[in-house]
Amino acid sequence: MTHTFIAYVEDMPGVLTRVASLFRRLNINIHSLTVGHSERPGLSRITIVCEASAEAGHRIRASLYKLENVVDVDDIAQAPSVTRELALIKVAATPKNRSQIFELAEVFRARIVDLAPESLMIEMTGVESKIEGLIQVLNEGEDRILEICRSGKMTMRRGHHTSRVLRAMGAAAEDNAESGTEPPENLEAGAAVEPQ
Amino acid sequence: MASRTKPHTSDAHLTTPTRLTGAEIIWATLVGEGVTDVFGYPGGAILPAYDALRKFPIHHTLVRHEQGAAHMADGYARASGKVGVAIATSGPGATNLITGIATAMLDSIPIVCITGNVSSKILGTDAFQEVDITGITLPVTKHNFLVNRAEDIAPALRHAFQIARSGRPGPVLVDITKDAQQASAIFDFAAAKPRPYRPHPMLKVEPSGLAHAAELIRDAKRPVILAGHGVMESGAMEQVRTLAERAQIPVALTLLGLGSFPASHPLNLGMMGMHGEAWVNHAIQEADLLIACGMRFDDRVTGSTSTYALKAKKIHIEVDPAEINKNIKVDVALVGDLRAVLEDLLPLVATRDGSAWLKTIDASKGAVAVRDIKNLPDSGHLYAAHVMHDLWRITGGDAIVATDVGQHQMWEAQYFHHEQPRTLITSGGLGTMGFALPAAIGAKTACPDKEVWVIAGDGGFQMTAAELSTIVQEGLNINIAIINNGYLGMVRQWQEFFYERNYEATPLVSPDFVKLADAHGICGRAVHSRAELADAVAEARSHNGPFLLNFMVEKEDAVYPMIPAGSALHEMIRRPGKSPIVESADDKL
Ligand SMILES: Cc1ncc(C[n+]2csc(CCOP(=O)(O)OP(=O)(O)O)c2C)c(N)n1
Ligand SMILES: [Mg+2]
Repeated sequence: MTHTFIAYVEDMPGVLTRVASLFRRLNINIHSLTVGHSERPGLSRITIVCEASAEAGHRIRASLYKLENVVDVDDIAQAPSVTRELALIKVAATPKNRSQIFELAEVFRARIVDLAPESLMIEMTGVESKIEGLIQVLNEGEDRILEICRSGKMTMRRGHHTSRVLRAMGAAAEDNAESGTEPPENLEAGAAVEPQ
Repeated sequence: MASRTKPHTSDAHLTTPTRLTGAEIIWATLVGEGVTDVFGYPGGAILPAYDALRKFPIHHTLVRHEQGAAHMADGYARASGKVGVAIATSGPGATNLITGIATAMLDSIPIVCITGNVSSKILGTDAFQEVDITGITLPVTKHNFLVNRAEDIAPALRHAFQIARSGRPGPVLVDITKDAQQASAIFDFAAAKPRPYRPHPMLKVEPSGLAHAAELIRDAKRPVILAGHGVMESGAMEQVRTLAERAQIPVALTLLGLGSFPASHPLNLGMMGMHGEAWVNHAIQEADLLIACGMRFDDRVTGSTSTYALKAKKIHIEVDPAEINKNIKVDVALVGDLRAVLEDLLPLVATRDGSAWLKTIDASKGAVAVRDIKNLPDSGHLYAAHVMHDLWRITGGDAIVATDVGQHQMWEAQYFHHEQPRTLITSGGLGTMGFALPAAIGAKTACPDKEVWVIAGDGGFQMTAAELSTIVQEGLNINIAIINNGYLGMVRQWQEFFYERNYEATPLVSPDFVKLADAHGICGRAVHSRAELADAVAEARSHNGPFLLNFMVEKEDAVYPMIPAGSALHEMIRRPGKSPIVESADDKL
């Protein structure tokens, strides 16, 4: 099954290697990995998505915690959460056929963020399947895609689950059956609520 | 004997912040951490540290290969329970440590390795003798540090000691650049204290879990305690014994658990697993409850996991949450320090009558016990099992034994009965040949008043035999028993059983070990028969100084019983019928 882990790690050299190396050691392929600053000073937030057996979740989380620079680990598993990915896509387009791509972008709620004589850049945020949908459609025409840059998934639990609250609750992160508040109805226009 | 007294330096710097060089800070911090002995080998990148050593009350043992330094630190830690320290230079010195670090990692042994590195300005330039040792050792250390400023040395080292000895112990490496050693900083030992130790956030011992465990113990008909290395690491010998005695539960031990429960105790079953006695593994397969204490269901003790103890409910008491349900799914997990958990559990455990089950187990020993080794003639041969058995008898089992890896290691585990914790020093997890001699040097350094024996194969001994000079230079009184069978015996045994006796690359030519010892100024003697054995051992023990015994044992003997890797625990290969050596059940001193 697909596992999604959120790790808060100390922001210092080599920490990402330690995290990545753990997955290599466990012979688990990382699907995507995103890192950035978090709400906690000095701590970065990593979202790791990987494929592993259902039982592996516990061991991965426990092993992540064994890394000295890892401060908090949440295993999202089936918990209600929002997952997004950012993609920048550069497409070959001349003034003649631009309008067609504009329309496509409109349909996918993507934005055009750069325009050059022979190409344009699309920025799109959404769930993985939506981004894949856009890429597929763009690929249907002639060789239009020049470059794709995807951020990998970022995930956050729904409801009032800040990492601090989670930690205080201790067991909550452990037991994903216990859910947060119900996911609110489509808050963000066009945002698909995750099927899970 | 190398001098252990040094010009006594004031240790005012431990209480008053003082400006010191990075090199001095290294030693000052070690002194502050209670270190008295280190094992190392110098080189360019660590030379500033060596230059400062003379000012500090720390004894340095010069090794002959850095692998030896790591094993010595390891043996020191295993024998004493304290953190062992190894030191090496950059590049090849650092890489030579790796086997020793991995050995400590797989057996959860607290050591701190300090390496020098090239100056921080040229880090990453492939400078002379530069390697990325923190990168290389990442998967075989609990944690490691790269330090390139003098002011960071004390905090990193103190943190390293905390990590090495806390939770599930393990090795930590601190790599310190040469310029950091040469620069100076204010040394403030107290201020360099690491942040408070954070227990693993997934430790979990709930009252309901304890109650459930107590209930399972109360209701069990055929319970077995599985005692591992964690019993010693957590100092839970008394608690395990109380549990066993109160509830009349037999105790099976892992290789690294030997000594954590007295061998002579009536409830002690002996070693479990691949070369465990038949009745021990049968008891586990028949059990209706396993209480795993500080052990990790390693593949060498479970055999095939799909057929392992299928009738048993399982309670796992373990300090490392990542071990829970890793190999064997358990019914109750009490995740915490073993001793603390048992202290909470014991009040819930009532006395129990276990006699029926104990009788069943005893009866299963029957046939084996009759063929006791001590009643069997040696017929002029010298069997390794006899050597172990007699060594145990003659030393009264009161020595520290460091074994190497192979057949002799298993025979030692079977026939040398350990009453006390920290008296068997052996590489279980990594199975590192070459471990015994340097580990014994570490143990003897930690426990100078204890009798220390090396028991090594002719193969493994040659891997680190250069450390014989270290014994001499240090004036250590260590006895060495080489179990010389002319083969890489354990591998030959696998070839015999599983590769149609194709003895490829296992016959082994060795030097005359007695002459080799002699060349080092160490006395020695060859032993060809059991008749000479007692006298030879007596000579070794009474000799003032190290002594080497070269036991010329039967060449093609095999360790029995044996569970082929991946087979079920009860599917063991037994010693063929009329063979003269058998398992012994009721040996008493
Ligand atoms: C460093 C290392 N290399 C290889 C092995 C594989 N191995 C395990 S036991 C063994 C044979 C050991 O021979 P010896 O030291 O003579 O001991 P014996 O089994 O004969 O008692 C070997 C080669 C190992 N454990 N460690
Ligand atoms: Mg041999």
